Amino acid sequence: MSDPGGTTIEQAAAYPGAHRPWRRREVTSDGVGLAVSEWGEPDAPALLLAHGGFDFTGTFDVFAPMIAEGGWRVVSWDQRGHGDSARTQLYSWQADLRDGAAVIDSIGDRSMPFVGHSKGGNLVSHLANAMPHRISALVNIEGLPSHGVMSDVSEHEQAKWVRKELDDWLAHRRSLESKRRRPGTIDELAERRGKMNPRMSPDWLRYLVTVGALESEDGWRWKIDPTMRMGGFGPWRPEWSLLQLPAIAVPVLGILGSELEVMGWGTRPSDVEPYLPPGGRIETVEGAGHFVHVEAPRTVADMTLEFLQ
Amino acid sequence: MIPTRMIRHNRIDLAVHDLRLGVDEDTRTLLLLHGLGEQTPSEVPSRIDWPGAVVGLDFTGHGASTVPVGGGYTSEILVGDADAFLQDYEEPVTILGRGLGGYVAMLAAAAHPEQVRGAVIADGPGLAGGGVHPGSIALVSPAVHTGGSPDPFALLELSRDVRPPGYVQRFVGFLREESDLETPLFVSSKVRPAWVEAVAGSAGVGQGPVAEGLALYASVPESG
Repeated sequence: MSDPGGTTIEQAAAYPGAHRPWRRREVTSDGVGLAVSEWGEPDAPALLLAHGGFDFTGTFDVFAPMIAEGGWRVVSWDQRGHGDSARTQLYSWQADLRDGAAVIDSIGDRSMPFVGHSKGGNLVSHLANAMPHRISALVNIEGLPSHGVMSDVSEHEQAKWVRKELDDWLAHRRSLESKRRRPGTIDELAERRGKMNPRMSPDWLRYLVTVGALESEDGWRWKIDPTMRMGGFGPWRPEWSLLQLPAIAVPVLGILGSELEVMGWGTRPSDVEPYLPPGGRIETVEGAGHFVHVEAPRTVADMTLEFLQ
Repeated sequence: MIPTRMIRHNRIDLAVHDLRLGVDEDTRTLLLLHGLGEQTPSEVPSRIDWPGAVVGLDFTGHGASTVPVGGGYTSEILVGDADAFLQDYEEPVTILGRGLGGYVAMLAAAAHPEQVRGAVIADGPGLAGGGVHPGSIALVSPAVHTGGSPDPFALLELSRDVRPPGYVQRFVGFLREESDLETPLFVSSKVRPAWVEAVAGSAGVGQGPVAEGLALYASVPESG
C-alpha cells in the first residue's frame, strides 16, 4: 500500500538506541517452532527475557541491548502466535509455560536470571516455581496481577461481567475462520497500536511496525495471530499469580510504573508486598506506565543490572 | 458405519456423529458429550432411553476430530467446540455429558439457555478436573506423541483444569435466570467433586439417575 506522504520503512526503522538481535535461532517446543532472539556475547552468562501478551521480542530492541552491554547474553523468544513464532491451533497458559521451558532447555543447563514484562513477568514467576533448578534471580516488570477491578463491584455486577465475558468470547470464537489482520501503512498500524499503548511515542510505535509487522502488496499487517484475543472467560483469578511469589527462593525484584493505564493491572506496591518472599523487594519508577522498560529503558536496565550484580 | 460429518471451530475440524434418528419426531435431539480421553460411542448405549435423535460430538483432540500440534487445551476451548455444534445445528437439544463432557455441558447450556433444553451431568473421565485451586506446576510433555487420538496433551492439560465452586455457580445462576425450565440442570453423577457438589446444591438443579434426568427433559416442551 503506497503512502507517498507517510513514514518510510527507513525512517521508521531508525529509532535511537534500537538494535536488532545479534543472533536468531529456532527452538521447537512439542512441534511448535519458536523464534529465539539473542543479544550479547554468546559466551556471556545467560539471562532469560520474556515479553508481554501481544508484544514480541522486538519490543526489547532498546532494553535488551542495555542488559547485554552490562555483560549478559540476553535470550528471548516470541511466544507462540506472536512475532515470528508459529501460529498454533490452541493457546493456553500451560502451553506458554512449556514453550518457555523448551527455550530454557536450549540454553545449557546452568541457572540464570529470569526477567519478564507483563504477561512475561507472570510467566517467569510461574517458571521460577516449575524450574527452581534453572533460576538464579527473578525480575518481574509490571507482571504482578493484583485483585483488580472485580473486588470492588457488587455480586450482581460481577455476574453481568462474567456473562458478558462468556458471550463475547464465544462470539470471538465464531468469528475466527479465515480471519486476517487488517492491512495498512506504517503510520496506520502505529496509530492502531497506539490505542493499546497510549503513552508510547509515535516514533516508537512506527519502529515496532518495522519489526512486528510484515509488508505485502496491500500493506503492512501485524504478525500476531489474529485469532488471539486479550482476555477471555474462565476461572483464572489475578491473585493466583501473586501466590507464585512466596515460594521463590532466589532474589526477587518487582518493578512497577507509577502511572496506571489500560494495559496494566493497576497493581500497587502494597498489593504485592504481602506476597514477596524473604528479601524480595519492589521498586516503582515514577512517571512511567505499564511499558516502563520502553518509557524508561535506562532506569529499568540500571535497576536490573544493579540487582543482578 | 454411522454417518459422520465435520464442522469447523477455528482451525479444528470437529466430528459430529449422527448415532440414531429419532423414533419420535416430536422429541428434540440428545447431544452426547464424551468424557476426557473418550470419543463418541459407535452406537447409542443401551442404558440411554431417549425417544428422539441422538448425536455425538468429538471434542478437539479426541475421536475423529483434529489433533492440534503442541497442546494448549482448556475447558473453555471445549465449550467453544460445543458452541460450534449448537451454532451449526440450530435446533433445540438436550445434552448428556460424561465427566469432562458434563462440565462442558453445563457451561454450554449457560451460554445457550434457550437452545439447550436441559443438561445432565453424568459420571465419566475428567469430572473432577484439577480441583478448586491451581495445583503445583509440573512442566512435562508426553514422551511419545504419535499425533493420534486422544491427544496426550488433552489428557495432561484437561485433567488439571481448575473448577472453583463459586465460579461454577455463576453459570448455574445464568441458567436459573435465563432458562424457562424449572430444572435446567440435572446432576446424575455419584462422584461429587467440589464443583459438582456446589452445582447439585443450587436451586434449579435436579438430582437422580441419568434415566430420570433424561425422562424429565424428554417430557419438557420447547420454549414458547
